[in-house]
Amino acid sequence: MSTSTRTARERLARRKKSMAWTFCLVLVLSMALPLGAYLVTTPGAVAQPAGERFSEEHATNPRSDTWRHARADGEGFTTASGPYVTNQLISNIGENWRQMRNGPVKAVGSWVMGLSLAAVALFFLVRGRIRLDGGRSGMTVPRWTVFERSVHWFVAISFIILSITGLSLLFGRHVLIPLMGNAGFAGYAQAAMYVHNFLGPAFGVALLVMILMWIRNNIPTGTDLKWFATGGGLIGKGHPSAGKLNGGEKVWYWLGVVIMGSIVVVTGFILDFPNWGQSREIMAWSQVLHAVVAMFWIAFAFGHIYIGTLGTEGAFEGMAKGRVDTNWAKQHHDLWYDELIQQGVKPEPAEEAGATAPSPEPAAGQKPTS
Amino acid sequence: MARMKFLCDAERCIECQACVTACKNEHEVPWGVNRRRVIVMDDGVPGEKAVSVACMHCTDAPCAAVCPVDCFYTTDDGVVLHDKDLCIGCGYCFYACPFGAPQFPQQTAFGVRGKMDKCTFCAGGPEPAHSEAEQVKYGTNRLAEGKLPLCAEMCATKALIAGDGNVLSDIYRKRLIKRGGRPQTWGWQAAYGQEA
Ligand code: SF4
Ligand code: SF4
Repeated sequence: MSTSTRTARERLARRKKSMAWTFCLVLVLSMALPLGAYLVTTPGAVAQPAGERFSEEHATNPRSDTWRHARADGEGFTTASGPYVTNQLISNIGENWRQMRNGPVKAVGSWVMGLSLAAVALFFLVRGRIRLDGGRSGMTVPRWTVFERSVHWFVAISFIILSITGLSLLFGRHVLIPLMGNAGFAGYAQAAMYVHNFLGPAFGVALLVMILMWIRNNIPTGTDLKWFATGGGLIGKGHPSAGKLNGGEKVWYWLGVVIMGSIVVVTGFILDFPNWGQSREIMAWSQVLHAVVAMFWIAFAFGHIYIGTLGTEGAFEGMAKGRVDTNWAKQHHDLWYDELIQQGVKPEPAEEAGATAPSPEPAAGQKPTS
Repeated sequence: MARMKFLCDAERCIECQACVTACKNEHEVPWGVNRRRVIVMDDGVPGEKAVSVACMHCTDAPCAAVCPVDCFYTTDDGVVLHDKDLCIGCGYCFYACPFGAPQFPQQTAFGVRGKMDKCTFCAGGPEPAHSEAEQVKYGTNRLAEGKLPLCAEMCATKALIAGDGNVLSDIYRKRLIKRGGRPQTWGWQAAYGQEA
């Protein structure tokens, strides 16, 4: 009995072993056999015997290399000179760029902007305006200096003008030519292009000033994490804490202004200064990047504009007049408010307070809370 | 209806630049604007090939597809023309054209380029044929006189030919047959063997 079990076990072991060997053999042969051809003909030895006559079967089209080279963006030599002369017979970027711009760029851009608008509208319908919890206090604290507001509004107004003119060049052919006619639109488009091209660099410089001016306020902190955890106050009760800028504003700053802004500005400069000698290829891809990122940025800006104006009671006056209601400050930026008070900032009555001519004792300083 | 085409036979073009000169002179094309140019592939090595290139008057023209002001139109002869009064000089047609045909009088900062200019197949522009305005903006309208583009008329070796696409392909086919039919059987290698 013990011998029979042993032989059974041995037989199993032997079978396993032969299976393993067979597997190894198959593996080795499957790799080695295809290479076997090299044993018969070595790569260097295919040359035909010298002096053999030209044979049609083996000849390749002598031009094929030339045309293959031309088709692969190959460059040649040309005596013509001028800023727009190229020495390429065929440039592949031409058709590729046309497909990109007329296809995905327009489609993605319009969808992103449309969905963003729809989301903002839906949010307004569902959530409505975020009111000041205890109404206005009538007392205000300073939020943005004159310089900060000037830079913000220069950037903001340029942004809107650049958006409209830029979108006109992309979508005008579908939207505006049917309305204005070819000649009417061409006149407008000429003006729009110059406005876009001359305002763009100024916008870029102002954007840089804005990035530097507000970088200190936008350093992420642990408070921002808690702010995000509550969805900026949308989830659960009460308002999450925030410093001078809350988590959402910091995302707008870093993602919108810094990242999207830099991409749009850098590609914009590439397109705006063809005299720097950049190739068609670089300009075409810059245009794609410029348009796509700009439209994402516009979609993002819909949210920013909504929150700063219609969406939040008491927010707009901070950027308009420079001062905000203390109740707004406590509700939305409590940590910043505490800091201000600690620094000895005295809240002043609303209505021109702190601005130009100090008006004689505003009556109760109470604005009717709408 | 005829469909106008250019055809440049690379086996015949000798890079003499006569087509370039003819075009410049005929249309008084300004400095820096090149409606036609000769490109030599593999310049200076055995097998170099020259091809004269201008606007190819594409059937589904990329330039027309991207123009923001939609100023291109195709004539009944299949010639792609544009309206300089509408053009805003955005340069998009230059990015889109595979052949680098669109040209501009300037290249300065702020994307100032001026109105686009390109080969018209000697067919003028939207203005009345032979009018002063047409002459100034687009050059001579030879097609309206029943003549073909001057570059092709000027070509000494008849490498560059212009006209109805069907006629051109007939001419080219006949040339191929004369040369010995299949493309493999002509050129240096066919004559002298593999070691070129
Ligand atoms: S300009 Fe270029 S894209 Fe337009 S028709 Fe001529 S060759 Fe084609
Ligand atoms: S440069 Fe003129 S012709 Fe060319 S795409 Fe722009 S507007 Fe159209």
